[in-house]
Formats: sequence, C-alpha cells, structure tokens
Amino acid sequence: MSLLRRRKPINESSDSKPLLEKEEEQHHQEDHDEDDNDDGNGKNKKTPSKIRKERGEKPPSPPPPPPQSKWSCLDTCCWFIGCICITWWLLLFLYNAMPASFPQYVTEAITGPLPDPPGVKLKKEGLEAKHPVVFVPGIVTGGLELWEGRECAEGLFRKRLWGGTFGEVYKRPLCWLEHMSLDNETGLDPCGIRVRPVSGLVAADYFAPGYFVWAVLIANLARIGYEEKNMYMAAYDWRLSFQNTEVRDQTLSRIKSNIELLVATNGGRKVVAIPHSMGVLYFLHFMKWVEAPAPMGGGGGPDWCSKHIKAVVNIGGPFLGVPKAIAGLFSAEAKDIAVARALAPGFLDNDIFQFQTLQHMMRMSRTWDSTMSMIPRGGDTIWGGLDWSPEEGYSCSKKREQKNDTQITDQAGAENAVCKARSVNYGRMISFGKDVAEAPSSEIERIDFRGAIKGHSAANTTCRDVWTEYHDMGFAGIKAVAEYKTYTAESIVDLLHFIAPKMMARGTAHFSYGIAENLDDPKYKHYKYWSNPLETTLPNAPDMEIFSLYGVGLPTERAYVYKLSPHAECSIPFKIDTSADDEDTCLRDGVYSVDGDETVPVLSAGFMCAKGWRGKTRFNPSGIRTYVREYNHSPPANLLEGRGTLSGAHVDIMGNFALIEDVIRIAAGASGEELGGDQVHSDIFNWSEKIKLQLDDDTPAHSSR
Amino acid sequence: MVVLGQLLLVHWFCMFDVVALVIVVQHNARSIPQYVTEAITGPLTDPPGVKLRKEGLTVNHPVVFVPGIVTGGLELWEGHQCAEGLFRKRLWGGTFGELYKRPLCWAQHMSLDNETGLDPSGIRVRPVSGLVAADYFAAGYFVWAVLIANLAQIGYEEKTMYMAAYDWRLSFQNTEVRDQTLSRMKSNIELMVATNGGKRVVVIPHSMGVLYFLHFMKWVEAPGPMGGGGGSDWCAKHIKAVMNIGGPFLGVPKSVSGLFSVEARDIAVARAFAPGFLDKDVFGLQTFQHLMRMTRTWDSTMSMIPKGGDTIWGGLDWSPEGESFKCGAKSLRNNSINSMVQNENINLEDNVESVNFGRIISFGKDVAEAHSSKIKRVDFQDAVTSVKLPNLTTNCDIWIEYHEIGNHRIKAVADNKVYTAGSILDLLHFVAPKLMARGGAHFSYGIADNLDDPKYQHYKYWSNPLETKLPNAPDMEIYSMYGVGIPTERAYVYKLNSGTDCSIPFQIDTSAEGGIEDSCLKGGVFSADGDETVPVLSAGFMCAKGWRGKTRFNPSGIRSYIREYSHAPPANLLEGRGTQSGAHVDILGNFALIEDVLRVAAGATGKDLGGDHVYSDIFKWAERINLLL
Repeated sequence: MSLLRRRKPINESSDSKPLLEKEEEQHHQEDHDEDDNDDGNGKNKKTPSKIRKERGEKPPSPPPPPPQSKWSCLDTCCWFIGCICITWWLLLFLYNAMPASFPQYVTEAITGPLPDPPGVKLKKEGLEAKHPVVFVPGIVTGGLELWEGRECAEGLFRKRLWGGTFGEVYKRPLCWLEHMSLDNETGLDPCGIRVRPVSGLVAADYFAPGYFVWAVLIANLARIGYEEKNMYMAAYDWRLSFQNTEVRDQTLSRIKSNIELLVATNGGRKVVAIPHSMGVLYFLHFMKWVEAPAPMGGGGGPDWCSKHIKAVVNIGGPFLGVPKAIAGLFSAEAKDIAVARALAPGFLDNDIFQFQTLQHMMRMSRTWDSTMSMIPRGGDTIWGGLDWSPEEGYSCSKKREQKNDTQITDQAGAENAVCKARSVNYGRMISFGKDVAEAPSSEIERIDFRGAIKGHSAANTTCRDVWTEYHDMGFAGIKAVAEYKTYTAESIVDLLHFIAPKMMARGTAHFSYGIAENLDDPKYKHYKYWSNPLETTLPNAPDMEIFSLYGVGLPTERAYVYKLSPHAECSIPFKIDTSADDEDTCLRDGVYSVDGDETVPVLSAGFMCAKGWRGKTRFNPSGIRTYVREYNHSPPANLLEGRGTLSGAHVDIMGNFALIEDVIRIAAGASGEELGGDQVHSDIFNWSEKIKLQLDDDTPAHSSR
Repeated sequence: MVVLGQLLLVHWFCMFDVVALVIVVQHNARSIPQYVTEAITGPLTDPPGVKLRKEGLTVNHPVVFVPGIVTGGLELWEGHQCAEGLFRKRLWGGTFGELYKRPLCWAQHMSLDNETGLDPSGIRVRPVSGLVAADYFAAGYFVWAVLIANLAQIGYEEKTMYMAAYDWRLSFQNTEVRDQTLSRMKSNIELMVATNGGKRVVVIPHSMGVLYFLHFMKWVEAPGPMGGGGGSDWCAKHIKAVMNIGGPFLGVPKSVSGLFSVEARDIAVARAFAPGFLDKDVFGLQTFQHLMRMTRTWDSTMSMIPKGGDTIWGGLDWSPEGESFKCGAKSLRNNSINSMVQNENINLEDNVESVNFGRIISFGKDVAEAHSSKIKRVDFQDAVTSVKLPNLTTNCDIWIEYHEIGNHRIKAVADNKVYTAGSILDLLHFVAPKLMARGGAHFSYGIADNLDDPKYQHYKYWSNPLETKLPNAPDMEIYSMYGVGIPTERAYVYKLNSGTDCSIPFQIDTSAEGGIEDSCLKGGVFSADGDETVPVLSAGFMCAKGWRGKTRFNPSGIRSYIREYSHAPPANLLEGRGTQSGAHVDILGNFALIEDVLRVAAGATGKDLGGDHVYSDIFKWAERINLLL
C-alpha cells in the first residue's frame, strides 16, 4: 500500500507538468473530477481510493475541501455502523436486564397460566429421589469431541465436532467430514484421528444450543431431588458398532462399573435405565454383554441384571429397526436425507459440501457401523411380505393424522372394512415405480438380481475422490437391482449385501437381522446377536420391568417408491421418486407412511412389549413384565411453547410432560401396575396379532404356525 | 483517462491487499499470536507433549487428577427463588457473572450450613464432574487444561484420564457422606486399572487435593462403614505414584490470616485465584464480613491450618528457615540456581537480623522483632468470657462470631502479643469456638506420639501426614513438586482495628515495613521462599525428611522425591502465564513439570527422572526440625 501511495503523486505530477504554475488549482479540480466519477460510476468501487485520498493525499498546502465531500459515503457508513452498534448494545442491555422468567410471563399472558412442570407437581405429591437413574442416549444426539486430529483440525482439541453449534461444518467442511468418518475396513478410528464421546450429563442434555434432548427430563428429576450422584449418562460413541465401543473405549465396562457404583452408593437400590432411540438397542446389547462370560462379555454372572436393574424404560425404541435406515443406506436420502438430518435440520440443506453433498454424507455415514443396527429385523415375518403387512388397512389421510386424538382406534377399525381394496402393501419396502408398489404380486415380473453380474465400473475416474461402493458396481448391477422391482424386509438385506458388500460384511460381523429358531443354539452366544430382540432371550430377572414409551399420531416412513436416477457419472443411481403421490393410500412424495413418532413406526417400537415379550415367551423366559405406554402427538399450541409439552415426535417426546411424569414415578419407585398398565392409542395389539411369530418354547425346530 | 487508470490500479492493489490479508488471516487464524511471539522471541520450544511423543513415549499408566481448593467448578442443582434460571449453571468458576448480578443471592447459595457444614435446607450446590470441572477456572485461565492437552499428545484420552472432582467446600469426610465422592473415586480408579490391563494409576493431586488424596488413601484401606473397605493392599495394587503438585502437606500460614481476619496479602484464599473480582464492592459495604461469613462455613479451609505446631513451624525464638533465609526482592526475583550460594553468603553477614518466622502472628512490628524475653504477654485464655456487649449483635445484620466475643476478649487476644503455630490453634479456638468445634471434628493439627494408638483410626487424622502412616505399598512412589523463588506469606504483623462495631477487630498492620531494602517484612507480612501460597517448608518437608527412607510415618519405605521448579516470570506479555512459572496455580503450565509428569505417566520411575531436583534450602531446613522419626 505504501508503494502505491508513492506512485500516485508521481503520476499526477507527470500529468500536470505543462501547467506547473496552476498545480494547486488543478489538483483541486481533480478532486472534483473524482467526486463526480464517484457519483457517476457507483460508490462501492471507488471508496478505497477515496479513503486514501482523504487520509494521506492532501497536497502540502491544501485548499479547503469542497463542501459536498463533507457528507460522503464514508460518513454514511460510519453512521450506519454506529447505529447498528448502539442498537445492538441496547438490545444486549435489555436482554441482560430482563428477568429470567420473562418468557414465561409473556407465555402466561397469552395462554393463561401454564401447568406445573411434572417435577414440581410430583414434588408437591411428596415424591422423592429413590432409584438411581441411567440415561442411554441414542444415535446422533450425543456429542463427540476431538482428541487428536490432522493438521487441518488445529485448535479444535477437546472441542465438539458433533453437537453444539456445528460451527466447524461451515468453516472446514471437508476436514470435518474426514474427522467424523471412521475407518472403512475396521469401523474404528482412522489413523491419526481420535474423536471421542463427551462424557457426563453434558454429553446429551442439549444437542445444539436451545435444542434439548435430555435436559428437560434432567431438570424435572432434579426437582424431586436427583443430582449427579444418582443420575448417570451412559454416553458412548454412537458411530461405532456396539461391541466396538467396548473394544475401543471400554464403554460397556464403564457402564457396568458405574451402575454397580450407583447401586452401592444408594443403599442397594436398583437402577432405572432410560434408553432412548438407538440407546434401546445398545442397552439390550449391554444386558447380554454384562451377563456373558469374559472375555467377550462383562462377566457379571447370570443374575447381574436382576440384582442391579429395576426397570428399563425404553423411549422411542426401534426394537425391530426402522425403514428409514434403509433409505439412508440405500441412497442416503429419506424424507429428510439420512438419519443425521432428522436431528440437525437445516444444516445439511446448504451446499456446504459443494456439489456432492449426498455422496459425501453417504461416504461418511457408511463408515458408521451403528447405522446398520437399525436395519429392519425379523424379515417378512415381522414387516410383511409381498402381499400382506401387519398394518394393512391402516389409512392415513391428512385430516386424521393431524386432528384425531383418541378416536383413532375406532375410526381405523371402521375404515378398515371400507377401503380394504386399496390398502397399502407396506410389506414392499422398496418398489421401483408406483405401479409396482400397487399391483398385485402376481402381476409383477421380477428378475432376480442376486446372481447378476455387477459388471465393471463404467464410471470414469473423475469422481473417484468421493468413494461410494456404487462406483464399483457398474451399469449391469444397477439395472439388475431395478429389475427385481420390489423388495420386502428380507430381500432388502440381500439387496444391501449386493450393492454394498464391503459395508454389509462389516455390518454382519456386528449385527444380525433374523429370527432365532432355537435360542439355545450356542451360536447365539456371539455378540452380534445381542442387540436383536428376536435372537436373544431377556435376562433372568423376574422382578425387572420393561416399558416401551413412544409417541404416536405422526406419519412415519414405512416404505418407499424408488426410481433409477438419470445417470450422471458421479451421482447415486437410485432416488426416491418424489413425484409418486396418492391421496388415498399413504403415499406422499414417494414415501408410504404409517403411524409412529416420525422416525420409528409403532410396529417396531411396540411389538416386543405388546407381544414378543408379553408373558413368558421363549424370548422372555423369566416372564419379565412389559408395558406399552403410548403418547399421542399434539403440536405446540403456539410458537412460545417451543417444541411443546405434548409432543410425540421422536426426540421432542423427551419434553412430553406425560412421559416425564411416568418416568419420574417409576424412578421414585412406582411399578407398571401403579402407572396404570398399558396405555395405547394405536392399533399395536391388533397388528401384533397378525404377526405369526412363534413364541412358546415347545417346538423349537420350526416356526410354522 | 490517466486518472481513471490510476484509480483502477489503486483499486486493484487495494483489493489485492485485502484479499491477501483475508487469505493470510484465514489460513493462520489460529497461529497468528504464535507468529508474533516467534518474531519477537525466536522460535518457541516444542510443548513437552510433542517433544516426548517424538521420543516415542505413549500412554502407559492411567492418570487421576485431584483438583485443589477453589479451582473446581460448582453448579446449582436446587436453589431459592432468587436463583431462578440458574439450574445447572456454574456458580463458582466460569464467568462469575452471577456474582455481579445478584451478589447476596450468590453468597447465600455458596455458603454451607453453619452447624453441620453441609447443605443449607433448600439449596443444593454440587461439583461439576468430568474433565471440564477444573480444566479452566475462568474463561482463558487454565488450571489443568495445559497438562491435559500435553497428555493427549502422547495418546491419553478420557478413558485413561479421570478428574476426581469433589466439593472443595466440604470437609473431606463429608464429601463421602453427602456425595459419596470417595467411593466414586475408588470405583473409578478400580475401573481404570481394570480396563487398562492392570496398569496402576498415577495420581496427580494439586494444592488441597494433596491433603484430600492423603485422606483418600487412608479412607480406602480403612474398614467400612467409616472407610472404603478396600483392604490393606489397595493402594499397593492400584497406585503407581502420587505426584503432589504444590502440596500444603503441613498447612499454609495464609489460611490463618484468612480465618483470623479474612485478609492476607490478597484477601482470603479465594482471592488468590480469582484476582480482581473481590476488590470490587459487589457485596455492598460489608464485603469482608460477607466473605468471612461465607468462607467460614467452608470446613475445608480448616484443613490448611498449619500442622505440627512449634516443632515444625518454629517457636518464639527460632524457625527452620529463620536463621538462613534471606528474602530481599532482588535475590528472590533473580535467583535461580545461585540462590543457595547467595543465601549462604548473606547468611554470614546479617545473622543478627534474622526473622522470627516462628511468630506467625505478632501484634506490632516491635513485638515481631524483639527478643522473646522482652515481650510481656498476658495469657488470653483466662480472659473473662462472660462479659459481652449485647447490642453488638443486634446492630450488625451480618453474623460473625466476633460479635459474640466482646471487647474484653478481643483485648486479651491482643495482649498476648505473639502467637506461634501451636498457640494459633488456641487462638482460633478462642475467637471462633463454633467454627473450630466443627473443624476439630474433621481435622487435626498435631504430631502423633504413637501412631499405633487406636484413636488414629478416626478419619479426622487422615489428612494430617504427621498423624498417619503411609499405606503399605513399597512399590509406590511419592513426589513433591512445587515452585520456588517467589515470596510466600509466612508470618504476619497485626494491629487492633479501631473501627466501628460491625467490622472485624483485627487487621494486618500494612504499615509495618522492614528497615532495610531486602527485608522479609512487607506490608505487615513476613515472606519466605515458596510458590506464592505454600512455603517450601510445608510442600517439601515430608518428602525431604518425614517420609524419606523407612520412618514411622512411612513404614514400608515408599520412595519419595522432591522436584522443585524455579520461578521465572513470562518473558513477555504474549507468553501469557509463562511456561516456566513456579506460582501455585501457574505451575500447572510449567513445561518442565509437565515433562516430568508425562514421563512418570509413561512409565518412568523417580530414578529415571533424576531423583531430587532442588533449588531451595529445604534439606537444610528439614534438618533443623527435630521430629521423632
């Protein structure tokens, strides 16, 4: 800049040489000229030169500046900035001066007095902290922080990469992706990168600022006397497969030790475990792990659970998986792209990863073994075949979804008879084309893809920097997939094996999706079966109770209509056919919905407690009592209520007052009977009836009923 | 045309500059301060973690941090109306924002119950847990963060590091009674040993955490219900080394002035760590009384009253440091290695002028310096206690025990003229009987005659190294690491406060200054060598002599090492709190100390580190102390 400054006077002088004696005047005029230029040619461009002029370019004996330059663009800018600053300070001051309860005042003024939060209400009833409480967060909601990283992540040591503000996603998206991904082969840390779960209650109390997960429940528990010595957040790295959390971080050992400590320091009172979302599966895994002998298990002995656990209060548990996971794995899209996006709305819409957002996301989330824990389990027996599904007859016109409250059951029963002809084939989880989804099975021509040659990758190497397994597949394979037309829960597992063999090889080492024929088979001692309720027995703990708490009344993804995407080289070859719509069936934007909590269908959340574990079954040999508690969704009455106190949505339900009250009562010692047993709004018992799963132990050889 | 061309050129260059600057800033947003520093001071040395990683050190033993007093965060779990909206917000640590917004409410919530030393009814303030509890005390003011970052460089993470956070306001045993903190610590150490292939832990207590961990080691081996029931070999099985940083093993004189008049050179223990914020008049006119009332409800402050009485701290006419230590500003600031030489030289010349450090409290400078035979003392214990001025209590809305004493006793206290470490206990019992009754139930300050006496099985002795035996763990190592080279409070000159009814009747006589330039007396305070809070004597004596070899305090002969770090202030402002600091808290960022810690955590023994590393006269001073070993 100084160089420039020197150069300019030289030019000027050369320019004005002939008229040396009038230099001053000319200079003056030049000022004028420039001002005119400024006005004419647009202010923005010329301001820098102008600034320079005003600061440093005055000739030795300057004439008084022309009057019109007094109020220049610069001054306007200064005033503008000054005004903004003052307003900002004023607002900040007001905000700080505002009493903490101000939002509440406003809300109360509008809607009348709020009901007491459940913690306050129950404290008045005299409830006190009794059983220690263990929270098991789900996928995506737990924070992850950086402990060791590459060059590009400098300065982020012990800062949250996941959760919090997600600031780094914007600042250095590719670096962020690299650090959030796991190793493709092992499913563990890539070399030189250590990203670890945040520990303590802060791990998952808020997902992002203002977006609570466990915070409301924690606050209400604190009202009746809970604090950190009797609350424990079992945070784990939700990207890893369940057994790998033990291998890498010894998380399961940590949970075991902490539960033992909680029981010991609280006078032998057993804990109430509260898993949410994927945490439900994680805790199933834990219960098997802890009783299994070392080294694969925790060596706690066969009565560990009965000694240490009073109740397992599952919230929104995807016991049998979620169809959303398929769309996530198959094409990294769902009604809201990938599982991740369900919880971090907005930030993945933006084009922060440039053009290839989806592929990048897909590559990242495919390295996360845990996503494979949520692939639908139990195959056609549970989820329905080509021509039937447990929920068939369920009708979901928009009106009913939004407005109905308690009559949903009656109404559904009534309409069942009416529109049987047009009932949806939920069993066909993926169909290629709407016509295929609706046609009777006999009319569909299917070509088996399983033997198909995948062909060589026709894609040229330009898109190699974004690796997804699709590029190894070639056109022939993609075509074969589409020609099979329709997939049920069982064939979907084969499909995934076909299109992503490496990923599924990793996945099947850690998870299993079948139904056990004989639970005594020694192979079921392997850890990959532990998180599948259909391939394990519950622990021998007759005094324990299992609750399944979940929201209903929200349309939840259940099956998809796909199409082949017009084939650009680097894009994912399959796409949800968003043009597929149907008012009568539940088809909207290529997605068939059923009742659920927006993420988990009722069937997955409720079946085990409604039927699979009800009474003494082969999955529940000691007859642990089970209860289904449903919470009907109603949206927040106004904006001030935030995410509502009556919500039934997958995560927002953690702020549902009725649910919190139930949880607190259980923690304070109530049993399921005292809560009032089952509380059901949906057709879950009806639907469970339709599922022909063998439950008694008499004929272990076949499930042939 | 030419003008336009010029303008374009200027414009273009200008844009170029801006763009270049933006690019530079974006690329180096993190390292600009470093650039500047390097430009001024030359390239920085590698932080110890990076250096040792290059040497090939990796994670070996799990590490347990035990934070000290004041540095751990506290958060609110239940409060009165006035604390609405603060649920799970930090009351202590962080920004201290609430202290400014609602000072009285804050003081009310930070206080404990006066009788029990536990929660007042309706208030639950609990320690923050996890590494965040004490990594930063306030924004930007690190405590453990630097050490944690360096450990992480060689591979440590949360599964191998554990912050044993506890409520530092409570007496040690009460942390177990209320929060089961000791059980929690035991369980976590056991877990870490189990999940790390049986490798024993390296414990790193700091400041009061040192005493807390002494307490823990006795607690864990003692049978239930008073103890943890871990059995007599628990420590041998689970602990590799205890690396005490700045440990006030034998107490700190600062705590006496804190309890006696809530002032020290920097008012109260609390202020030592949160400088600035207590100067302001946030509590209205009666700052000191409010503070005093609050800190007096904290039992833990009584754990740091000097222990061992006259035997350790010196009597009326002698003190271990007194005859040899010379503490001119010059020698303390500049000395590093040559301090010993210098000290001895001066020693010969001014032997007459030596300081009576043994007189921890004197009333008047003349008394502090006079020979003991010349002081007229009137025993304060006989003073009439029944005479009270009843109106005093009613006038003052702030309750402190001084108002119940009455003028006669206050005068009697002053008439006794001079107090040594032994008589200070009596003094505190006299001026604050309730407080000391509570403290006496949890702490003890004597020297055991017979350690096998069954009375020493009581928990109140567990944090006093002179009344307990170390555990039976011959493979364990004990380090004492502390800074030297900073003047540290050691004794005080007091005066009677002429003030009003409601003020504290005693005050440090800040007008008392030493005659010559490098006198130890400054502003009414005699200083000795130390780390600004803990004198060398307290931090070093046990490892230098009390536990050295097989003694009655150390029956299994646990090896003990002394590592001193000479203080050097940061070379320039950009260095922040310096990488060679010896100050009580800043030493946690001292590169040499961090390196030692990392080496031990990675498996080195005290021998490998090079054994003792001493700048001060601690061995000489320890020699002078006649303690039966």
